[in-house]
Amino acid sequence: MSRTVRLTMVGVSLAGFAALLAWGVADLPSFGHYPGPYGDLIVKLVQPQRHMANAVTAVVFDYRGFDTMGEELLLFAAASALALLLRETREDEVEDIREPVLSDAIRGGGLLASIVTLVVGLYVVAHAFITPGGGFQGGVVLAASLAFLFLAIEYQRWGKVAHSSIMEPVEAFGAGAYVALGLIALASGLAFLENFMELGVFGRLSSGGSAILLNLASALAVAGGFLVIFGECLQENVGARHGSRTNR
Amino acid sequence: MVPLQLVVILFAAAAGLAVVLARDIVRQAILFSLYGFALVVLFVVLQAPDVALSALAVSGIAYPLVLVSAIARVRARDKRGRE
Repeated sequence: MSRTVRLTMVGVSLAGFAALLAWGVADLPSFGHYPGPYGDLIVKLVQPQRHMANAVTAVVFDYRGFDTMGEELLLFAAASALALLLRETREDEVEDIREPVLSDAIRGGGLLASIVTLVVGLYVVAHAFITPGGGFQGGVVLAASLAFLFLAIEYQRWGKVAHSSIMEPVEAFGAGAYVALGLIALASGLAFLENFMELGVFGRLSSGGSAILLNLASALAVAGGFLVIFGECLQENVGARHGSRTNR
Repeated sequence: MVPLQLVVILFAAAAGLAVVLARDIVRQAILFSLYGFALVVLFVVLQAPDVALSALAVSGIAYPLVLVSAIARVRARDKRGRE
């Protein structure tokens, strides 16, 4: 194919995409203008109905808790698939590898970052229904806290803290607890995942009903899932760098 | 559209372009987290703090971590292939 033909083909398809984009953008509501009724309704109803301040988490864990269950199982499936695929390096092959962190600056910085992210993560999870954030965001921040710890201590010791034999059950427990909470509601004669606890006083950490438990379950599932993913990637790396048996 | 929003949108656009134009894959991964940060600022400016937190956690921490370790893995394999 000559250069002219290729350029013509690219030009035609780019012009087509540009026209479609312009058509789509032209029909968008004007910038900053929200047309739908649902957002306004939720903002109005969330405090009297659910005793929560953060409408976003109220939607995620209460009004559409079922969708969130799908998102959570999706992450669970992704982490499981990754753990299944990255089976090239086995645990016993990286067992004897010693990789001390030689720089004091990295060790100190890693430890500091780990502590700060741990506190932020716990805050974000606990204040899900009051301030922005929630189980998903907090879960990733908590996972990041343990990932930062990797900078501070040797791989060997980190592997003991964030071992997949600990993180896989944490993830599975979180994902399972979410579904179990839905079944508990079902067993008590309510709809699947419907609130079955006292809603509590508006503005307290303890208010929000059983959505609090859903929030905690998803925090566990997300933190565990990300650590399984990170741990598996890391194990592969260490194995590859030191030329483990299967890689040789 | 207030000027602040416009500035942040342009910042996000520039960072996105930088990701596409970077040739070195590690540089691309680092630029991607910068682009993610631009999106985080954009979400904050547009008053969506929940989305900003998700974007911060995923595009600032989780995605670069997986990306960088994947790159390191592939490089280690390439190195052995040459030896």
